[in-house]
Amino acid sequence: MSKDEGAEVVLRLDRISKSFGALKANDAVSLALRRGEVVALLGENGAGKTTLMNILFGHYMADEGGVEVFGQPLPPGNPRAALAAGVGMVHQHFTLAGNLTVLENIRLGTERLWARRHPDSRGKVERLSRDFGLAVHPDAKVGRLSVGERQRVEILKALYRDARILILDEPTAVLTPQESDALFATLRKATALGLSVIFISHKLHEVMAIADRCIVLRHGRVVGEVDTHATDKGRLAALMVGGELSLPRAEARAPGPVLMQLDGVTTPDRGAVPGLKRLTLALRAGQITGLAGVSGNGQAALAEVIAGLALPSAGTLTVHGAPVTDWSPRAALAKGVGRIPEDRHHQGSIGDFDLTENAVLEAYRSRFSRRGWMNWRAARAFAQEIIASYDVRCPGPETRIRLLSGGNMQKLILGRAMASGPDIILANQPVRGLDVGAIAYVQSQLIAARDRGAAVLLISEDLDEIMGLSDVIHVISQGRLSPGFARGSMSAADLGLWMAGQKFEGADAA
Amino acid sequence: MRLEAIANPSAARRLGLPALAIAATMLVAMLLALIAGANPLAVLGQIAKGALGSKLAILETLNRATPLIFTGLAVAVAFRARLWNIGAEAQLYAGAIIAVVLGTGALGGPLVLPLSALAAMLAGAALLLGPVLLKTRLGVDEVVTTLLLNFIMLLLVGYLLEGPMKDPMGMGWPKSTPLIPEARLPRIVDGLRLHWGFALAIIAAVAVWVIQTRTTLGFEIRAVGQNPEAARFAGMPVNAVLVKTALLSGGLAALAGWSEVAGLKGHLSSDLSPGFGYTGIIVAMLALLHPLGVVVTAIFVAGIFVGSDAMSRAAGVPTYIADMLMATALLCMVLAILLTRVRVVRG
Amino acid sequence: MSEIIDILISASFWAAVIRIASPLILATMGELICERAGVLNLGIEGIMVIGAFAGWMAVYQGMPLWGGVAVAMGAGMLFGLLHSTLTVPFGLSQHVVGLGVTLLATSSASFAYRLMLPEVTSPPKIAPFQPLHIPGLSDLPWLGAALSQTALTWAAFAMAGGVAFTLYRTPLGLAVRAVGENPAAVEAQGLSVTGLRMGAVIVGSGLMAVGGAFLTLSAFSSFFFEMVNGRGWICIALVVFGAWRPGKAVLGAILFAAFDALQIRLQQTPLGAALPYQLFLALPFILSILALILMSRRAEVPAALMVPYNKGER
Repeated sequence: MSKDEGAEVVLRLDRISKSFGALKANDAVSLALRRGEVVALLGENGAGKTTLMNILFGHYMADEGGVEVFGQPLPPGNPRAALAAGVGMVHQHFTLAGNLTVLENIRLGTERLWARRHPDSRGKVERLSRDFGLAVHPDAKVGRLSVGERQRVEILKALYRDARILILDEPTAVLTPQESDALFATLRKATALGLSVIFISHKLHEVMAIADRCIVLRHGRVVGEVDTHATDKGRLAALMVGGELSLPRAEARAPGPVLMQLDGVTTPDRGAVPGLKRLTLALRAGQITGLAGVSGNGQAALAEVIAGLALPSAGTLTVHGAPVTDWSPRAALAKGVGRIPEDRHHQGSIGDFDLTENAVLEAYRSRFSRRGWMNWRAARAFAQEIIASYDVRCPGPETRIRLLSGGNMQKLILGRAMASGPDIILANQPVRGLDVGAIAYVQSQLIAARDRGAAVLLISEDLDEIMGLSDVIHVISQGRLSPGFARGSMSAADLGLWMAGQKFEGADAA
Repeated sequence: MRLEAIANPSAARRLGLPALAIAATMLVAMLLALIAGANPLAVLGQIAKGALGSKLAILETLNRATPLIFTGLAVAVAFRARLWNIGAEAQLYAGAIIAVVLGTGALGGPLVLPLSALAAMLAGAALLLGPVLLKTRLGVDEVVTTLLLNFIMLLLVGYLLEGPMKDPMGMGWPKSTPLIPEARLPRIVDGLRLHWGFALAIIAAVAVWVIQTRTTLGFEIRAVGQNPEAARFAGMPVNAVLVKTALLSGGLAALAGWSEVAGLKGHLSSDLSPGFGYTGIIVAMLALLHPLGVVVTAIFVAGIFVGSDAMSRAAGVPTYIADMLMATALLCMVLAILLTRVRVVRG
Repeated sequence: MSEIIDILISASFWAAVIRIASPLILATMGELICERAGVLNLGIEGIMVIGAFAGWMAVYQGMPLWGGVAVAMGAGMLFGLLHSTLTVPFGLSQHVVGLGVTLLATSSASFAYRLMLPEVTSPPKIAPFQPLHIPGLSDLPWLGAALSQTALTWAAFAMAGGVAFTLYRTPLGLAVRAVGENPAAVEAQGLSVTGLRMGAVIVGSGLMAVGGAFLTLSAFSSFFFEMVNGRGWICIALVVFGAWRPGKAVLGAILFAAFDALQIRLQQTPLGAALPYQLFLALPFILSILALILMSRRAEVPAALMVPYNKGER
């Protein structure tokens, strides 16, 4: 799939540099995009991909370097100029207003604020939907749309403004493999019509599938630029990570007794997010149970039940053979449930508290106080112990935790969860947003816990992570749970059909 | 422009900016004096002299500071948990009412004072309980409900002073029957016009400080204020913590009214508080919500008010200059505190 | 009971309702604009005070009545500028800044009043807006009396219509609704979050100040320190009660004004004489709390209300 080398260069980034404090997010990054081509920007989390695109789009201003679109220099720090020049961006976190309709979201900002007459926006949106295969109803409230539909709205927003260059930031993170294929089809239609695409990803197989060329970023620097047809996944991975670091893979083991059992567990729907639908799941000792699924399909509800934040509205939860009635985070902790929350910043830690205070958040009553008086000396010693044994890089236990990197923050949370020797572990997206080194560390700790005989529930949207670590895999879709699949018994494509919900209809009918 | 967090702000930044905020307030004071046609430096001098220039002035300032320490603590405790108690004014009057109810003969003997103080705290706590339960149960914003309660409470006080509590010897002044001597707070030193309420306020500040730094409740209050979601996840009973915070906060605010009646005035009137409840917010914010800092800022704020009264009589600049300065100080200080933590960058 | 019915069918009662509702409608629309854009403006109480004072003082100094309205609006916008500068680009606590602005505006009015009228014991009166005579309409029985209102009242209702039209029928309104829901959506479409929010707060504050000026220029004819007396806080409750929609908020204001007008009249009845008058005066505040409780479960709060937006926050 080689493109004409001589095609017009539509976008040129020239030696872009950008620092945040001491962190050099982009270091003299250059890039050229030609008409009708898909260039992948590949790199692990924190490599500087999103920063680079935010500079291009005008959300940030570069410290050095310039951007040219269709030969014209783009004024920095001005999203409006980027939009006018034909650059459209689909952000990783959608930028849609949920209280507005699809059409309103698309029209937003395209007309003069005092305009009296409106162009025929509906006709244009309908035509674009048809041409690019982006089905979505223009009058639907965005707040009620599925994630896949919202992404279509985002792409329509860019196309509606006649974007000639599309930037997609991790667009498949929220899609099923099948939805991703549909997205790729849309992108191929776009390039056939002469649009150019920058595709940001850290997933190698996607890059190989869609991109013509691939630019690899590491620590803010371009470390390689290759034609995808002239390389393979292994070489790209080596470029991306820059070393031989490989992720741990768990070997199969014989499972022990059931430590936690959910029977017919149901929780109420929350707006567009489905609750659990008569879900039955057993977590066994010495086993990692992987939960795959597209985000927003009930993972949060399940995690809340296990973490003690919510009681099922129907069904039973049995821990160590006894059904629980009085269920709260404290009760869960008392029953030996260790919890790694999905969101480190909002659930897992208190940013302006120091490491000592964060370390004792869960056990301050049981272990670090007496009759209501805190024992700060013991608390500090405990924090130091976690810092030492979990390799938390920090100036000391009195550092405020928000100054730590994501990886070090996660290590402290991990250490806190593991300190009481839990035999049931909820790991909700434990490595999201971490660099490869921290990912390997966290995953090896989960495997070690399993080997000690703990029952681990691993919730992740990253299918590779689930397939690499889990002894048994369940898929969640619309609050329903698939049967458990033994390690290696299913391909990614098979799991994808479950994730899309198609297999459930068959199972329900049977 | 964009705000960028500073990892480790320098000492110059942490101390210099708040000092700059105070300086800016001074500048505004001089500007206002100029507008009023007075000599700016003389006005500043007269405020300082009025607040600290004599033993009498200092005692007046400390007396004025007493209710402000209590309301400042009430606000500091509540704001620390992100509980926006703007109803200290109403809670203050609740405490004052109790001081009158129990101090005009209903109780006698040496236990009047402790019992009425306790009852006053309970009344103030109860008054804040409603808005807090509405917040935790129904999600009703406590700012508006506590504000509205202030108005309702003032009307209640007006009714009581014209009806059940009316002083028959009041000669038409709307004030309550006076307290019996056993229900009055004695002076700390004979002959000096400073009552035990001031000492009690300082004790309260130390107690709040100990609670915040040394107890599990204090840890919970701070955690809930900083990040309720993480606190809930970690197993803290967030709503119960908010309720406890409210009880503490309402109780402290009530002591302000109680000590004004039992210590200073000896009776209740509808002008008992010239907005001590609202000024408590300024006191607490200037102290960065630190309980011991509240003592310092309360005395500072009281000094500005007392000094401005004196200055106004001498220089003819309206006494409302004090309120303007306090509002200015508040806004400058919150901006200064922000800028110790972030810097403004382009793009 | 028959007394209440007599009151409810009298034209003078409804004339009072509309009159009492007018300042509430103006200030509630102002607050609604701010909150729709994502900023809670607790400066409302003080901004109403400064509006009442500035408008009155301008007219007292010889300006025409509409000039007074303009001066009030300008004063309100100035405090709106202060509020929005601190809460929007700097993202400071909207609670604290709002209370600070209320305090500053209120004390500025008191300070200026004392400065300009150092000796007076009772504030001087001005010649306020007079009820408009509208040919045809004013001659109708009952309706003519009920609609015997000043130009400022008509303006208040027209303004509410204008706010509703702007919010729901113009690209500007679309942007304001979006910025209160998800500022990132607005920024990604090339609009300025800071500009929209600051603009909303400044314009909204201007309307609040005109609401205050209504009290001095149309309802009463002079300025008293306590004249706003919690109306600003009531307007905040009205925004919630109206579920952040202009039409419902206007209905809420009218309903509220009806209760207020009713309590004034009930005080004159034998029943009212038997009860303490403070109870009647407290009714508006009690009603506001009840309204908040009633709406607590149903309202669609703008998702980004009170959430500051820092461009490119990571």
